[in-house]
Amino acid sequence: MEPDKMEQEQAIPTSRENIKMLRAMVGISALCGFLIVLTYEGTLPRVERLRAEALEKAIFQVIPGTSKTKVFAYDGSTFIKADDNAADIVYAGYDESGNLMGVAIEASGQGYADIIKILYGYDPEKQHIIGFYVLETKETPGLGDKIEKDKDFLANFSALDVSLSDDMGKVINQVVTVKQGTKQNPWEIDGITGATISSRAIGNIIGESTMTWVPRINKNLEKMKRNE
Amino acid sequence: MSEVSSHSAQTKIPPSSTDEFIKGLWRENPVFVQVLGMCPVLAVSNTAENALAMGLATAFVLLMSNILVSSLQNFIPKQVRIASYILIIATFVTITDYTIQAISVELHKSLGAFISLIVVNCLILSRAEAFASKNTVGKSILDALGMGAGFVFALFCLGAVREVMGNGTFFGLSLFPEGFQSWIVMILPAGGFFTLAAWLLIFNLLQQKKSKQ
Repeated sequence: MEPDKMEQEQAIPTSRENIKMLRAMVGISALCGFLIVLTYEGTLPRVERLRAEALEKAIFQVIPGTSKTKVFAYDGSTFIKADDNAADIVYAGYDESGNLMGVAIEASGQGYADIIKILYGYDPEKQHIIGFYVLETKETPGLGDKIEKDKDFLANFSALDVSLSDDMGKVINQVVTVKQGTKQNPWEIDGITGATISSRAIGNIIGESTMTWVPRINKNLEKMKRNE
Repeated sequence: MSEVSSHSAQTKIPPSSTDEFIKGLWRENPVFVQVLGMCPVLAVSNTAENALAMGLATAFVLLMSNILVSSLQNFIPKQVRIASYILIIATFVTITDYTIQAISVELHKSLGAFISLIVVNCLILSRAEAFASKNTVGKSILDALGMGAGFVFALFCLGAVREVMGNGTFFGLSLFPEGFQSWIVMILPAGGFFTLAAWLLIFNLLQQKKSKQ
């Protein structure tokens, strides 16, 4: 192709070229879409199984002393036994002799980069949060991902106060993240400098989730204890 | 840079197929010579395992996109070539992402956001544009294998050094007796720069020595 001819054609693409471009883009998009769907469908069963295993491990981690777990779903007024796929579920953890060790609750909320999914353990006896685990995060590596690595930050969740008011209606003090080094009350999370937004997001996620779930669990605690 | 050197090689003797492979591993190593794709090189080379996994994932995407780009070179008009290449690369990155998830959740978690960032790894786009779009499928496969191996090699060089010095382990196995004070900075981002600088120094010294001979 001669240079001047090429320039001309680049300036005003002919309709034949337009069709060629369109054909190439549509063709490649269709091929790519097909490949992605194929892989997604092919890997889905295994990914789901691995996720379930990871979740089980995480539950054992956030409720120390657990050896058996049971899934409960909230149907609007009470808890009923359910499987993993039901909506509004929590995981009750029991020790060898069947005593309720705590309840693991999944929660999620907007982080800095994307939705953060976490799991936390709640001990109804102590009225404390006793464990915390990040299930899914796309936070900035080296900064935001400190929420799952920073030892000082994770230490917040060994005993985080979520005591209920006397009528069991609500959590007295909502969990909140404060600036690093300024934690004064047992319901505050000591934040991370350099991961301000991500650590605040964790506070919000836990705060909001405990506001709904802790009263629900306490109203139905006997049922869970009896493992029904 | 890569184009210049491959061009000069072509004028002397037509490159053999082994040459096509070896150049990526050594003479035109994507990390140590071309200094391409520094984001994953610095970020995911904190342990040997991460480095190897990231390198292999990138090499896989490179290989597949090179194959597709070179076989579609007559089908893609040049006005939309970059968009097409990115589309192809993004597809294989997504496929890699799902595959790694299916292999291990832990591995997927530790590589995290960097898998999706392979899309913008300039190494892959530069090989598509500078090589695969102008050469046969066979040659492109060799080029991708060579460049991919070079990338894995470079990442492993960094990852191994950083893990041994920063963590006292190699592939998770403890190397030193108890009481070894590890050099934490090496697994932090700054350590990536130190290690890369040291390797670049070694490579340049070697090349200088060779050109003097």
